[in-house]
Amino acid sequence: MDRSKFPEIVDGKSQYDLDSGRFVKIWNGPQHPGVTGNMALEVVISGDEVVDLKTHVGYLHRGFEKLMEQRLYIQNFPLVCRICVPEPDTNEYLYAAAVEELSGLEVPERAQWLRTLTLEMSRLASFIMWLGGQAGSFGMGTVGQWAVAVRDYVLDLFEAITGGRIYHMYITPGGVRDILPEGFDADLEDVLKKVEKFMHDAEIVLFHNAVFKKRTKGLGIITPDMIDPYGILGPNARAAGSTRDVRKDSPYAVYDKLEFNVIVGSDSDAYDRARCRFQEMQQSIELIRQIMEIMPRKGSFYNRPPNVLHWQIPPGETYVKAESTRGEYGYYVVSDGSNKPRRVYVKGPSYTHAVALFEQMAVGTNYADLPGLMVSLHTYPPEIER
Amino acid sequence: MGLKDIISPFYVWKRALEKPFTHPSPLTTRPGSDRYRGFHQNDMHKCIGCGSCETICQNAAIDLVHVDGIETTEADSGLRPKIDYGRCCWCGLCVDICTTASLTMSNEYTWVDADPEVYRFIPGADEKSWNDTDKGYRRAEGYNLLETERVDMDMTLGDDGIKSFMEVIHGYTKEQAMAEAMRCVECGVCVATCPAHMDIPDYIKAIREDRLEDALELLYRTNPMPATCGRICTHRCETVCALGHQGDPVAIRWLKRYIIDQFPAEKAIAQLEQEFEDNGLKVAIIGAGPAGLSAAYYLVRLGYNVTVYESQNKAGGMIRYGVPYYRMPEDIMDDEVTVIEKMGVILKTGIKIGRDLLFEKLMHDNNAVLMATGFESPYELSIPGEHHSRVISGIDMLDDIANGKSVEVGNVVAVIGGGNVAFDAARTARRLGADVCIYYRRRIEDMPADSEEIHEAQAEGVKIIVQSIPVHIEDNNGSPRMIWNRAEMVDQGPGKRPKPVLIQGASETADVDTIITAIGQASDYDYIPESMSGRIHFNKTRVATERLGQTAETKVFAAGDIVNSRGDAISAIADGYRAAKGIDAYLTTKKGEK
Repeated sequence: MDRSKFPEIVDGKSQYDLDSGRFVKIWNGPQHPGVTGNMALEVVISGDEVVDLKTHVGYLHRGFEKLMEQRLYIQNFPLVCRICVPEPDTNEYLYAAAVEELSGLEVPERAQWLRTLTLEMSRLASFIMWLGGQAGSFGMGTVGQWAVAVRDYVLDLFEAITGGRIYHMYITPGGVRDILPEGFDADLEDVLKKVEKFMHDAEIVLFHNAVFKKRTKGLGIITPDMIDPYGILGPNARAAGSTRDVRKDSPYAVYDKLEFNVIVGSDSDAYDRARCRFQEMQQSIELIRQIMEIMPRKGSFYNRPPNVLHWQIPPGETYVKAESTRGEYGYYVVSDGSNKPRRVYVKGPSYTHAVALFEQMAVGTNYADLPGLMVSLHTYPPEIER
Repeated sequence: MGLKDIISPFYVWKRALEKPFTHPSPLTTRPGSDRYRGFHQNDMHKCIGCGSCETICQNAAIDLVHVDGIETTEADSGLRPKIDYGRCCWCGLCVDICTTASLTMSNEYTWVDADPEVYRFIPGADEKSWNDTDKGYRRAEGYNLLETERVDMDMTLGDDGIKSFMEVIHGYTKEQAMAEAMRCVECGVCVATCPAHMDIPDYIKAIREDRLEDALELLYRTNPMPATCGRICTHRCETVCALGHQGDPVAIRWLKRYIIDQFPAEKAIAQLEQEFEDNGLKVAIIGAGPAGLSAAYYLVRLGYNVTVYESQNKAGGMIRYGVPYYRMPEDIMDDEVTVIEKMGVILKTGIKIGRDLLFEKLMHDNNAVLMATGFESPYELSIPGEHHSRVISGIDMLDDIANGKSVEVGNVVAVIGGGNVAFDAARTARRLGADVCIYYRRRIEDMPADSEEIHEAQAEGVKIIVQSIPVHIEDNNGSPRMIWNRAEMVDQGPGKRPKPVLIQGASETADVDTIITAIGQASDYDYIPESMSGRIHFNKTRVATERLGQTAETKVFAAGDIVNSRGDAISAIADGYRAAKGIDAYLTTKKGEK
């Protein structure tokens, strides 16, 4: 990158001089529409080029991890879904999986299938929301409108299974809270068709859109050698040639019983990342259909833990992980033998993407592309701060 | 990038004529799904106000509050959940844990009001449009946070049971007790119901946490006869247990027994022994049954010099002489008495007041006297022929067995009555080798006996004939012949027990070797001297006292069966405790007056 027109960087700090009149500092957020959640960008521009960027988090800090230390194990399961609003089920699954591992609680086979179904459905919903955001951040609000509407159809399905649209609170330590409602198969297929229609239209108006192509191709290139130093995960890394996918590398729930390939890109820019995610959406639909076809329809879906009001878990620690739409999502849980967790640490994949990587990649881009670049990294501030 | 890329964005127009996704509320509305977690519903009559919803709510959105029109009863705290929807996160854990399954959620989720106060209300108490909908979140079948089945108890039942007088119920092991203790939700409905108000959730918690010394102290705080109550208590606590609404109640009685089973007498004494300052005041107690012993235990701990006079050879009263060994083994009874004696109670057995020692002397020598003589004289059948030599009373028979006398009942025995004494006598006769049949004038569900007793007796081969009334007894070559009549239950109107009425012509005959009568007992007040009889008042057969057991003769207190009509051990123990408080209050006030 030609940095000759940018200020010198000393000890990681850009040496721009605001008094010179050549630079303007702009605060984006914390409520900027291009940001999916409350996060502020401190941007320094020269003309319309970004010279320096700092990501400021802290607007969404709700103290979940600390709060969980003061609550019974069962009381945390309705809490964790709030950590990541667009894709809450990963949190529900990981919290339950960690508690089950620490306590030795077995989960019935049928519950594992139902969990995988909701996990894939939530991946699909999260990708739909991202696609709308990606289009909207480049000024193509129409696709954004379509996306929000079609996502609501997926939320209807969640409402039918779990009784909640956003916060499902469905995956609980020991299994799930209910089986699929009557007539769900037909409703699901109906919604999947709607999603496919939306994707068909989005393919034409977005991926074959001259403006979208022009603005995303070559934007925010992640080279393979950046993957490890920056801790890049998920589609961001896979678009740059990485083949890491937790669902394949260390299968959880019933992913080892499903047939799918890891989707890998090559061009490494925002367009390619969008392409990869688009293909993962198709893959999610495919996986949901696979699950519906082979999952068992009989049997228990819940193993009761000891009385949840007094449930104590033997001392131990564990780290469990799952593949979210942004990459590897992890829960580190420590138990001390009491009825409350001693420590819960939530590893949201957006952290590295939204802070270190984004700050680096923003420099030199056009200011107008900044929201688009950020959305192309698929960052969710709520999981950064917990 | 080609021409196609320029043209294809215009494809969006294709959707321009599509219908909108949204509903133009309020013109059309979209109901929540069948499982929607919306505003709560509560079946006010099913709810017992146990407060489990309040306990599990992680947002402290639920408060249990008083509701007009809901009475506090033994099985109902009288409180109902009030939900603050500013705090509620709609997780539904309250519905999941609800012990009675009264709390559910409707599928109603839209409600607009300018006044924020309306979003704090008592579901079920206030009129709400969603109160009657059957849609909304309910606990799924197969999903229950609470264990509905109690841990099985090892028992020697049936044919093995009647071979000997060995204890039928074996008691819980540590693992079993801990598993059973886990089931408790600590609502405390039991505490209010227990006549002695034992700290039940606390001692169950102590079991769960394996703090057995603490558990023992908790037991003795309100009940100095835990081994007795752990075996033969009528366990009203279990009858009202919140878990009993959707499954088996917690085995509170057996958990209590588990605690005391871990403490042989000397270990319990070491745990409970303390130095008490002697206050120089003397109290005499007549009768070493549960009421007398209980009062003695607590009075000694308050510093009184207590002497208990007992007409039988050993202390224990009806527990020792009325409950057979297979339910209450002799050595356990001995241990129970030993612990109380070691706390400093002076026990004088074989002394009958009024015969060996005069009441007046007790009055003269002591600062207070407690009468706890119980109901020992059996009721008579009041039918012709009942003075046949082979018609005996259940109480006398059990007394003889407990005193080691040999009792002959022959091969065929008829037992008349439906209370615990009838069943104890029947099961004892079974152990003596007889064929036993119980005759009871009402239905099984009307029997005053514990359901466990009925169940265990049936398992041991005791036959039961209900709605049968003996009409007279005649002699059949030295054996009694009982003529009895079938009865039908006649409704007596709402709130009243149906009454058995003889069916004309439905008379039957039973040739038996022995008839055992067990239709209840009365008290014998002969020991009260005439000089005092005017100052002690009676309500029918019972002594009239004020709340803490004091009679009109202020120095004399009364407790146990002669005061309360419940007639069970735990009520007598609670009575003893209350009388001890009453005596202490009386003597402390008197001391102050001097």
